[in-house]
Amino acid sequence: MSDLVKNILRFFIFVFIQVYILDVMPHLHELITPYLYFLFILWLPFYIKRGWLLVLSFVLGLTIDYFLMTPGLHAAACVLVAYLRPFVINLFAPKDASGFNYKEPSPKAMGWTSYSLYAVFLSLLHNGYLLFLEWLSFGSFIVFLMKVISTTAIYMLMIYIAEFLFPRKLRYKTNVA
Amino acid sequence: MRNVFLFIRQFSVFIAFLILQIICLYLLFTYNRFHRTKGLGVAGEVTCYFNKNYKNVQGFFHLREENRRVHKMNDSLMNLLKNNFVKIDSLDSLVRETVPFDTTGRQRIYKWRSAQVLYTTVNNDRNYLQINKGSNDGISDDMGIFSSNGGLVGKVVNTGKNFSEIMTLLNVMNKLSVQVQKTGRAGMLSWDGTNTTELDMTGIPRTDTIRKGDTILTGNYSLSYPPGKWVGTVAKVLKDESSNFYILKIKPAANFGSLQQVFVVENMNFIEQKKLNEETIKKVERKAERK
Repeated sequence: MSDLVKNILRFFIFVFIQVYILDVMPHLHELITPYLYFLFILWLPFYIKRGWLLVLSFVLGLTIDYFLMTPGLHAAACVLVAYLRPFVINLFAPKDASGFNYKEPSPKAMGWTSYSLYAVFLSLLHNGYLLFLEWLSFGSFIVFLMKVISTTAIYMLMIYIAEFLFPRKLRYKTNVA
Repeated sequence: MRNVFLFIRQFSVFIAFLILQIICLYLLFTYNRFHRTKGLGVAGEVTCYFNKNYKNVQGFFHLREENRRVHKMNDSLMNLLKNNFVKIDSLDSLVRETVPFDTTGRQRIYKWRSAQVLYTTVNNDRNYLQINKGSNDGISDDMGIFSSNGGLVGKVVNTGKNFSEIMTLLNVMNKLSVQVQKTGRAGMLSWDGTNTTELDMTGIPRTDTIRKGDTILTGNYSLSYPPGKWVGTVAKVLKDESSNFYILKIKPAANFGSLQQVFVVENMNFIEQKKLNEETIKKVERKAERK
């Protein structure tokens, strides 16, 4: 399957899971809102152009927004994540002069430690910004902080489950092929 | 000039980021202020289409439970029918000619319609639900919504052609007047955004005796809801030490997580009552200015 087809399918699957499963199911606790959809942005290939990354994230966020009836909220957070993703990858990826040996960020390509750091950092940014925008109109500061922490924790749990349940078969990229 | 182009080229990604961010924030802040009206445009119709198809599949698995509730509701409605009518004074022949009323001599003031819930959330601070009827079916803003077991759900805040959006009780912006059945004392019902099974009710003085399990009904003075409809039961009675009032925790009668069919209540006199109210305020203010 080519990367394009794969990512288009992923887009729909993530939107479906977010809108019809995670947002409809009764929540565990009032502070925890499960957000999984922006794993789509984390899983986009390394070689994608930064402009396209921004546009794709914007479209993803806006799609989620129109289903959840909050135009702009998720889109704003997604665009922030997409803008900072290349910097974070440079920060945490193994320093290798010949570039990356795999196509996408994954535990296999980056190692578990740096992949986890990459995911934690971006999800903190996403949840922080998203909940900050919500907090502007309602709620107290302590609740906001606790929400960010608990949402990020549950997100990391879901990432690990997703990585273990669906290990992505990534081909080793060689100079020959 | 060349430097300007070079600058733009060098920072093109950052500029794109800024532009997209501004679009997002613009959408976010204008949307909420204007009562969610932009949401039910083209995008609203598209998401409603998906929600409708999804609901067709999902609804199949809840049919038995829903049937039981609707049946129970119908039974109780048979006894309540009189409540929807008010008796007209037969001496007043002028009114009789202009007011629509049926052969039994009663004027209808509330009209009930049923609708299907397409999408609902309970996880946010502001929860809304979508139903599959809109202005084409006679729905308009500020109508009341009740669940299939007769509990209050919320009120219509926005109507599209074929779909409407409802603000549920689980919405931090929602405030309405309710009463305690036992004493008839009116209070305010609101939600603090934390626990979905507990609403807050304030305004009941501590001289009243309130017990766990007391019934809470809709207030007498609302334009949207018929008076005396079930809202919930008292789950906890807390005393506010700083004032002379109770803080009551109310368990809502409607189960917001599993809504399937709802009733939309229309107050037939809504426009007239509201207009009268507004005109009165205007009139009184004008008089006050003149003095």
